[in-house]
Amino acid sequence: MNELTEFEVKGLNFYYSGNVHALKDIGLPVYKNKVTALIGPSGCGKTTLLRCFNRMHDLYPGNKYEGEILFKGNNILSEDIDLIDLRSRIGMVFQKPTPFPMSIFDNIAYGLRLKGIKKISDLSERVERALNHAALWDEVKDKLHANAYELSGGQQQRLVIARALAVEPEVLLFDEPTSALDPISTAKIEDLISNLEKEVTIIIVTHNMQQAARISDWTGFMMLGDLIEFDRTDRIFTNPSQKLTEDYITGRFG
Amino acid sequence: MTREQRRKVEGFIAMTLSTLAALTGLFWLVFILGDVLVHGIKAMDLSLFTNDPAPAGIEGGGLRNAFVGQLMITICATLIGVPIGVLGGTFLAEYARGSKLSRIISILSDIMVSVPSIVIGTFIYAVLVKPLGHFSGWAGAIALAIIMVPVVLRTTEDMLTLVPWTLREAAFALGAPYYKVIIQVVYRGASAGILTGILLSIARVAGETAPLLFTSFNNSFFSVDMNRPVASLTVTIFQYAMGPYDSWHTQAWAASLVITISILMLTVIGRLLIKGRHFKG
Repeated sequence: MNELTEFEVKGLNFYYSGNVHALKDIGLPVYKNKVTALIGPSGCGKTTLLRCFNRMHDLYPGNKYEGEILFKGNNILSEDIDLIDLRSRIGMVFQKPTPFPMSIFDNIAYGLRLKGIKKISDLSERVERALNHAALWDEVKDKLHANAYELSGGQQQRLVIARALAVEPEVLLFDEPTSALDPISTAKIEDLISNLEKEVTIIIVTHNMQQAARISDWTGFMMLGDLIEFDRTDRIFTNPSQKLTEDYITGRFG
Repeated sequence: MTREQRRKVEGFIAMTLSTLAALTGLFWLVFILGDVLVHGIKAMDLSLFTNDPAPAGIEGGGLRNAFVGQLMITICATLIGVPIGVLGGTFLAEYARGSKLSRIISILSDIMVSVPSIVIGTFIYAVLVKPLGHFSGWAGAIALAIIMVPVVLRTTEDMLTLVPWTLREAAFALGAPYYKVIIQVVYRGASAGILTGILLSIARVAGETAPLLFTSFNNSFFSVDMNRPVASLTVTIFQYAMGPYDSWHTQAWAASLVITISILMLTVIGRLLIKGRHFKG
């Protein structure tokens, strides 16, 4: 078990505005260049936990963190963390595809331009690399300047992944990335995630237990704001130590 | 009569009544537009746009002063009103989203939209024209800008609210600061809607007479000095239509036609843009 950790979550409590206690004393490691899946029934806090890693909750007033998430030794929950820097290192892909209302090229170049890359040759090269990376290049290379909304849902989701990859993040957070997609698009995105793990650390929230079993190395099972069990994925799915975990993955509830 | 027959009769009556109501409305609309068109076209000629008014009662002359004046006042009003409206709407929909302040301002601007425009005119008369001692083009432009602001502000707010939140989150997640998220992503998504609001607000004020009567007043001579009284089409129409000369009446018709067509065009462009926007409400 000599794996490098990317994150170390310690004693994390999270309260939504109005003092709703959504995460209760969560502690887990997230291993570098591995896929960590978060599973659990609706409302268990898995998306809430995911959104702590890039401090998405800060967009809404009244939310409160307690505890620590160490990222390369620094607590990213501390007040003096530069959120712009943090979010450019930790990318996120949402449940529904979120292309920006602009061309395919400009979508991918968006994050690069934020980083100050302006030269069109640099941009073109990195846009192509990112699209290749997301297995979308062949489908869009002839219409890079078409509006991103012309793509299908599955293509849009890969576009968004390419956009996140373009800035070369260290971590990618996926929030149920395939729940709005058809099976073929889902398979493409799962392949993509499996291929990415050599370069980036991935945390994925999913409703689909087969998906978690297929693509993740580590799995955390959550319920009502508690992390019930965290272990290697094969162990969670074959020999869970907790009764609740077993009941959930065998479909007895949820 | 069976139930079914009764339903059919009721349906027929409802359809007849609503069709009649629509036709009545349409009849007057076509009547007015047709009348303006018929009378206006007769008086249309090039000298209308190139000459300034002849002395009262004398045939000939044009309305160059009023066309230029109207354009100046409307453009200045747009330059003042649109930035305030767009930025204000941005504040309400983004920075103050969901706050009490935001809701209060929204309600106040809804009230402002329906304030009679003559009230704005007299207000500017009291705070600007009276203290300065003379009518001026600026006073007219400011009065029209005040009428524009709530329209632009509310449209901007509504259009920005229509842009899905996940889109902002996606931009934030790439490490964009809020102002860049607004300018590069949110505005882009809402651009057609905001532009429509601006066009419709221009169309709204371009036809206003009452606020100009108290502010920019009128000027029988060609003038581009916004510190002096400036002629406008609407006030000129008002004055000429009330005047005793036939030549004034025909010119008022021509001016009416020009202003009607301009507003119609702005409105049509605005409607077309609504169809083309990204996020349908």
